[in-house]
Amino acid sequence: MKLITAVVKPHRLDEVKTALQELGVHGLTVTEASGYGRQRGHTEVYRGAEYRVDLVPKVRIEVVVSDADAEPVIDAIVAAARTGKIGDGKVWSVPVDTVARVRTDERGEAAL
Amino acid sequence: METVTLSAGHASALSAGDTAWLLAATALVLLMTPGLALFYGGMVRTKSVLNMLMMSFVSIALVTVVWLAAGYSLAFGDDTFAGLIGGLDHLGMAGIGPADVHGTVPTLLFATFQLTFAIITAALISGAVADRARFAAWLVFVPVWTLLVYVPVSHWVWGPGGWVSASLGALDFAGGLPVEITSGASGLALCLVLGPRLGFKKDAMRPHNLPMVVMGAGLLWFGWFGFNAGSALRADGLAAAAFLNTLTAGCTGLLGWLLVEQRRDGHPTTLGAASGAVAGLVAITPSCGTVSLLGALVVGLAAGVLCSYAVSWKFRFNYDDSLDVVGVHLVGGIVGTVLIGVFAARGMTGGAEGLLYGGGFGQLGRQLVAAAAVGAYAFAVTYGIGRALHRVMGFRASEEQEHTGLDLTVHAETAYDHGVLGHGAPVSSSVLHSAQKAGSQP
Repeated sequence: MKLITAVVKPHRLDEVKTALQELGVHGLTVTEASGYGRQRGHTEVYRGAEYRVDLVPKVRIEVVVSDADAEPVIDAIVAAARTGKIGDGKVWSVPVDTVARVRTDERGEAAL
Repeated sequence: METVTLSAGHASALSAGDTAWLLAATALVLLMTPGLALFYGGMVRTKSVLNMLMMSFVSIALVTVVWLAAGYSLAFGDDTFAGLIGGLDHLGMAGIGPADVHGTVPTLLFATFQLTFAIITAALISGAVADRARFAAWLVFVPVWTLLVYVPVSHWVWGPGGWVSASLGALDFAGGLPVEITSGASGLALCLVLGPRLGFKKDAMRPHNLPMVVMGAGLLWFGWFGFNAGSALRADGLAAAAFLNTLTAGCTGLLGWLLVEQRRDGHPTTLGAASGAVAGLVAITPSCGTVSLLGALVVGLAAGVLCSYAVSWKFRFNYDDSLDVVGVHLVGGIVGTVLIGVFAARGMTGGAEGLLYGGGFGQLGRQLVAAAAVGAYAFAVTYGIGRALHRVMGFRASEEQEHTGLDLTVHAETAYDHGVLGHGAPVSSSVLHSAQKAGSQP
């Protein structure tokens, strides 16, 4: 199994969610995140004083899938999250040893 | 005008119309202080917003008590020494009952109207020491400051025989001197005593809630009609002129500030619009009942433009006037007080005229002297009070309190539920002490 993590622009969240539902992904976790990559931040002005805001708001989407589903899911996230502008985010995956469903204690892919 | 003549040997005639208007105006001015609390509260960070609100809110209670005990008597009692201070005849409002009349309104109402001015002036200073003042010290500062700074200055300007009005002949309709210049100069003194916030000029200290700021500015503007038009102390044409001048200067102040921002920063901001309106209102406070409508347009515009630059001085000269009490109230107050010397119109003042209307430089000079004297007095005495309190009890919160925020460390509250990642908010909470007695629940 693979844990796929995507950090993307907040306004692309709905598109990514829809794309993953179409692929049959049953669950995901979303958290609000902030950070910066090449996009860096933006500038805000209050009473003439300029503030550099380095950390840009993002959403982090986490989903655990079977090894076979990993590539199509990554492709779907990349396609759905892309705007073509700097700051679109990153997607990565790491191997997962085990998954347990809390309610039934099922293990492995059966728990996905 | 319909008047009601009192029996029992009172020569003055009470006017029901004037009294009704001043009752409403007094309530309007009182609303300005909670409005100011929101205006200031939105500008600070989330960790000290409640403390910011509290510094204003608690001023209502503190100033009211000290005003009734001694403030009113010393400010508006008969002059006892060279136009500098009133007497002690009315300590605890002694000798003033429902039948007493001041002009055409009950003396009790006049005293209450003046009280609401004293309240907001003390509250205004809190903006200069946001995020870092010890609350206990503030509770002592406000009554002491009211008696030693606000009360004498209001006696000079409005009290019977006060030297600024009676001897000097400077004009101040609704409080450019006692309210705006006094609060601004005092704010400067107090922020110098306390020193800058941790991270001043280094950390981003962005306003946490601009809608709150705009709502506060709106409430201030609304209340300002009571402040300015109420200062006529009558429901008449002068009150109407002051009312219209107040609206006008708020508008041109707003436009002036936005104009500067658009040209200087490239963006017209919400905070700029709210600040510009307040700057215009500050400047028209002394002049609303003395200048022509043209004067009101210029006074507001001048304040909006000048104050939008003045708020940057703190970064250049290294004083952390956190919410710009100096940049808006001191500078705006000086603009409005001094421009009376240019735009004073005989139709408004009943005599004195400004430079523009053929009055020469005389009135302008008197306005400058009054502004300088009041500013210097307020700065010096407030600095002394601040230093003394700092030595005796400490006026500055501890570093740890300031880092964590005064809301949690002083008031044991947080303004917002930020969820599990919120500053200092408990990850999970349980009831430690129930306020309800056991058995009150079924």
